[in-house]
Amino acid sequence: MRTEDLIKALDADAGKKAMPMGKAWWLAVGVAVAIAAAVFFTTIGPRPDIMPAMHTMRFMSKFVFTLVLAVSAFALIRALSVPGASTRRRMAWMLAAPLLVVLAVVLELFVVPQADWGKRLVGSNMMICMTFIPLIGIGPLAVFLGMLRYGAPTRPVLAGAVAGLLAGGLAATFYAAHCFDDSPLFVATWYTIAIAFLTLLGAIGGRLFVRW
Amino acid sequence: MTGKDEAELSGLLRTAIAGDERAYADFLHRIAALVRGFVRRKIVQGGVDPEDVVQETLLAIHVKRHTWRPDAPVLPWVYAIARFKLIDAFRRRGRRIEVEIDEIAETFAEPETETVSERDINRALEGLPPTQRSVVSSISVDGHSIGETAAKLGVSETAVRVSLHRGLAAIAKRFGRQ
Repeated sequence: MRTEDLIKALDADAGKKAMPMGKAWWLAVGVAVAIAAAVFFTTIGPRPDIMPAMHTMRFMSKFVFTLVLAVSAFALIRALSVPGASTRRRMAWMLAAPLLVVLAVVLELFVVPQADWGKRLVGSNMMICMTFIPLIGIGPLAVFLGMLRYGAPTRPVLAGAVAGLLAGGLAATFYAAHCFDDSPLFVATWYTIAIAFLTLLGAIGGRLFVRW
Repeated sequence: MTGKDEAELSGLLRTAIAGDERAYADFLHRIAALVRGFVRRKIVQGGVDPEDVVQETLLAIHVKRHTWRPDAPVLPWVYAIARFKLIDAFRRRGRRIEVEIDEIAETFAEPETETVSERDINRALEGLPPTQRSVVSSISVDGHSIGETAAKLGVSETAVRVSLHRGLAAIAKRFGRQ
C-alpha cells in the first residue's frame, strides 16, 4: 500500500470523533475517586474520632502531603500522555510532596523527645497501611493505565510510574482518614513504601500494556 | 519557514477536526512529506525502511489525533510521534539508537516524495478479518469512496465506516505490538 493510498483511507475515516484528552482525564479521575471511595467505605472507613482529629495539625498534614502528591502527579501525567508536551516544570513540581514530608519529619524530630521516635515511626497499624493503600489504589491505577492507552505517551514506563504515584496519592488520601498514626515519621516511612509499590506496579503496567 | 508551516498546518488540522475532509487530506499529505524528510535523515544505515515509519506515524497521528490540543503548536506533536515511531522501528529490529531531540534537524526537514517497495502495512492489512480488509483496501488501494465500497460489497455505508474505523485501529495497534 502506498502512503498516498493510506491517506485516502485515513481521510475517509476522519468523521469519527474521540473525546479530547483533557476532558477524558477529568472523567478518569472521577471514576478513579469513585472506585477508591467505594473500596475505602466498604472496608475500613474513616476513624471514629475523625471530627476531633481534624483539629490537630498532624492529622491534617497527612492530607496536605497526599493531596499535593496527587495534584502534582495529575498535572504531570496529563502532559506525559500527550506527545511533544513540555514536562520539565511539572517534573519539578513532583518534588513538592517529598520536600513537605522531609520538612515535617525534621519538625517532628525537634518537638518529639528522642525516646519516642521509634514508637512514632512504628505506629500501631503499619501492616494495615501497607495493605490498604495498594488495595484502594489498584482500581484507580488500572483506570489511569487505561487512560494512558487512550492517550499517546512517548515514555510509557515513566508515564506508568506517574500513574502509580497518582493512584498512590489518591489512595493515601482516603487511607489517611482511617489511620490513627499521624506522625510524619510514620507517614514518611510506611506511606512511602506503599506508594512506591503502586509506582513500581504502574511502571510495569506502562511497559506491558501501554503500547500504541 | 517553520513558523509559517506551523501556522498553516495547525490551521489545517483545526479545520479538519471541525469536519473538513479536504483540509484533512491536505494536512496528511504535507505531514507525510515532512516526516519522510525527518525519518530519512535519521536512518543512516539500512534495516529500517523510512516509508514504513512514515506510514506508521501517519496512522498513529490519525488514531491519536484527539491527543492534540487545538491551542497547542502542531509540529512538536507531530515530530514527537515520528520520533517515537522511529525509535520503535529500530527497537523492533533489535537495535538501540538515540534520536536526539534537536530543533535544527526539524527546521531542515524538507518535504520528500515516497519510494515504492513491499510494506509492513501490507502484512498488517493481511492480518485483518476479511470484511475489514476488503473495506480498507477498497478505499485505499482501489481509491473507492465510502458509497462505492458499500455498493460493491452490498452493505450499508454505516457498516463500511465501522469496518474502516476498526480496520485502521487494528492496523495501528498491530504496528505498536510487533
